[in-house]
Amino acid sequence: MAPSNPAQSQSTSSKLAQTIHTHTFPNGLVLLAEPMRSLESAAFTIRVPGGFVNETDDRGGLGVMTAEMTLRGAGERDSRQFVDDLDNLGVERGDSVGDALAGYSGATLAKNLLPALRIYADVLRRARLPADELESARMVALQELSGVDDEPGQKTMQELRRLHYPHPWGRRSQGQREALETITLDEIETFYHRNYRPNGAIISVAGRIDWAEVRDAVGELFADWSAVDVPPLVEKPRTVRRGFIEHDSNQTHIGVAYDSVPYSHPDYFQAWGAVGVLSGGMSARLFTEVREKRGLCYTVSASQTTLKDRGSVLAYSGTTAERAQETLDVMLGELIRLADGIEDHELTRLKARIKSGLIMQQESSGSRSASMTRDWYLLGRVRTLDEISEQVDALSAATINAYLKKNPPRDFTIVTLGQKPLEVPGAVS
Amino acid sequence: MQFRKQTLENGLQIIAECNPEARSTSVGYFVRTGARDEADDVAGVSHFLEHMMFKGTPTRTAEQVNLEFDQLGADYNAFTSEEQTVYYASILPEYQGRTVELLSDMLRPSLRSEDFDTEKKVIIEEIRMYLDQPPYGADDVVRALHYGNHPLGRSVLGTVESIEQLPVEKMRAYFESRYSPSNIILAAAGQVDFDALVNDAQRYCGQWRDLPAPRDLTKAVGANRSEVLHKPQSTQEYVIQLADGPAAADADRYAAKILTVVLGDDSGSRFFWELIDPGHVESASLSHHDGQGSGAFVCYMACDPEFANDNLKRIRDIYAKVEAEGVSETELAQAKSKLNSRVVLSGERPRGRLFNIGRNWQDRREYRTVQDDLTAVDRITTADLAAVLKKYPLSRNTTVAVGPLETVG
Repeated sequence: MAPSNPAQSQSTSSKLAQTIHTHTFPNGLVLLAEPMRSLESAAFTIRVPGGFVNETDDRGGLGVMTAEMTLRGAGERDSRQFVDDLDNLGVERGDSVGDALAGYSGATLAKNLLPALRIYADVLRRARLPADELESARMVALQELSGVDDEPGQKTMQELRRLHYPHPWGRRSQGQREALETITLDEIETFYHRNYRPNGAIISVAGRIDWAEVRDAVGELFADWSAVDVPPLVEKPRTVRRGFIEHDSNQTHIGVAYDSVPYSHPDYFQAWGAVGVLSGGMSARLFTEVREKRGLCYTVSASQTTLKDRGSVLAYSGTTAERAQETLDVMLGELIRLADGIEDHELTRLKARIKSGLIMQQESSGSRSASMTRDWYLLGRVRTLDEISEQVDALSAATINAYLKKNPPRDFTIVTLGQKPLEVPGAVS
Repeated sequence: MQFRKQTLENGLQIIAECNPEARSTSVGYFVRTGARDEADDVAGVSHFLEHMMFKGTPTRTAEQVNLEFDQLGADYNAFTSEEQTVYYASILPEYQGRTVELLSDMLRPSLRSEDFDTEKKVIIEEIRMYLDQPPYGADDVVRALHYGNHPLGRSVLGTVESIEQLPVEKMRAYFESRYSPSNIILAAAGQVDFDALVNDAQRYCGQWRDLPAPRDLTKAVGANRSEVLHKPQSTQEYVIQLADGPAAADADRYAAKILTVVLGDDSGSRFFWELIDPGHVESASLSHHDGQGSGAFVCYMACDPEFANDNLKRIRDIYAKVEAEGVSETELAQAKSKLNSRVVLSGERPRGRLFNIGRNWQDRREYRTVQDDLTAVDRITTADLAAVLKKYPLSRNTTVAVGPLETVG
């Protein structure tokens, strides 16, 4: 039985027939659950504070190396037994290392959820980190890093994040070659024991589940996991805001970023609405102006991204070298023009898209479990789909325009990749 | 869950899997046309035409098409392959009628010259984008090499040159012959009002003129060749292999699918243990594609160029061993567990069901439930896998490598 404190359990019902359960264990571990009766599947998302911001500057890639090593045997299972058992349970799975958090996700037939969580309890608490697998894990990490060199779009956006975010939030998860080549097992063990801990960890499950059963099982697996205290992160401000990477490619790739508000900010939905007008659907401004009217590119987009305490908008396009300058000019023009305001009809379309997106989320256990984890990390609670729906209903062109007046897109960070650099118009700060 | 079907007088077929429990609806037009139906002088036209469908009709401008999809809150797109061109949208059930009207109107496009000229630039950007990223067009090269003059050897995108020289008149002629109603299926899944679907189809598509849209279904016999494309700017070496496999109507397609899970899945497979887990590759996979009349196994591998030759040998050894010794019962059982879970997960969303029923109907005029697929997977034996390998040896394939290496092998 879980040593549960009933005062910390809560459930929220909603018009969209959604029930969300939350429970915080005394060691800090948070469990979130959403029963979805119409499904046969169940999905889970597990996050611990093992993201790349917890690396030191000269150990870039320690996060991915650690995550990779945790999957090479845990508890009673060696590497092969671990993979075999999850495959036999039909767990469609992934692992990821993000900025603050790292972790695992999976989906399978509902009856296999708890057996899968038992296996992951070993990964989180009793990873073997076997010395004889270290070189293989290193090779995996090095190959992934090399792969990025061949993806110019991805490379551009990595450089954009590096320049735009305060350090260490702009690091890339793949790390640095010199570090990957020399990371030791000791360093991995230290990183694992320090960051794979219950305080700051979130487990969320969604699908055909029984809340009491899940809560008891998770309690049994994790309640005696000990918390670890770690000092707060020290940040360094960003400095250089223009970047160019020389690359022998057909296309020139362009990344532009500017500051926005985080998910927790009262104005978040205003900012989100504004970006939606720029880049939500094929009738949005960037797609219409850059691709549809001028045929300048195949891909152009902008998206709202968020850390806990600050948000950004990141925009991207890739185009032939000789038309890259025009593409950058049109993109910047649209970003700046956003401050002049949006129209009601643009917002109406966006609302329709968001509404149907919210309803369709309820057809996938994986999307719900991922969203709940993200909400908890960013807000310390889960927004119901009804709450989001109400926030979206409350948006109007007037409220978004008031927000844009206070927060016009400006002070851009710009990165290009290609055969030669582009000019940034002088009027753009 | 109920399956319903109806055919209009002009040959347009309408099918739906109606699930009153679903929260959303997915609707799509499945057109039996793709790269394999093209000739040299229109190489790439199927894909270009797919883009042009969004460019307006006699009653709508391009902007209006996009605006209306967005007003419906639709999650919509289109894609083109060697085999088919599909236009689809996922929507809330109340918008079924308006979505069918919009998609139907789109399928009778104006193909205006000025839109054609603008979109041509976008297509060329798309081709250049793919040329800049792995596998740098090697997927087209391997297909051409494997199939030679067979229509399956054609590229979906075409080339910058073939697109530049394509006149709008030839696209119009291609459209007339290929977008004939008897060559098109209107499919829907999720919460569907089938009677309304049929009425709408009759109203919007009933007058479409039926013309013959033949397809060359000669069975392809692939080659056994290899080629190296030298790309010094690339960091990694990329390898693609094509081998013949069961086609869409062949009963052994399920065995082929399971075989790829045993050998080339991203976890727990032989590729995983021999190549991925030790870090010899960045990625390695084996998949099966069941086309009309001909099918193929596709192997994809990316790795540090230094290890490319060793890895190719490892892959050859995996093929040789499985051809000689077959697959174990344990491996088969594990592959079935994985496939079961995948079939159920993809069946939970109307969009997953839409692609499943559309493709089954296009290839076999057959409706299969999620349970039918689960049963078919469950019945496969290790002997079935051995039979597939005997008929379609993986070791007989066409291999193309692209990257910094000048020679491979």
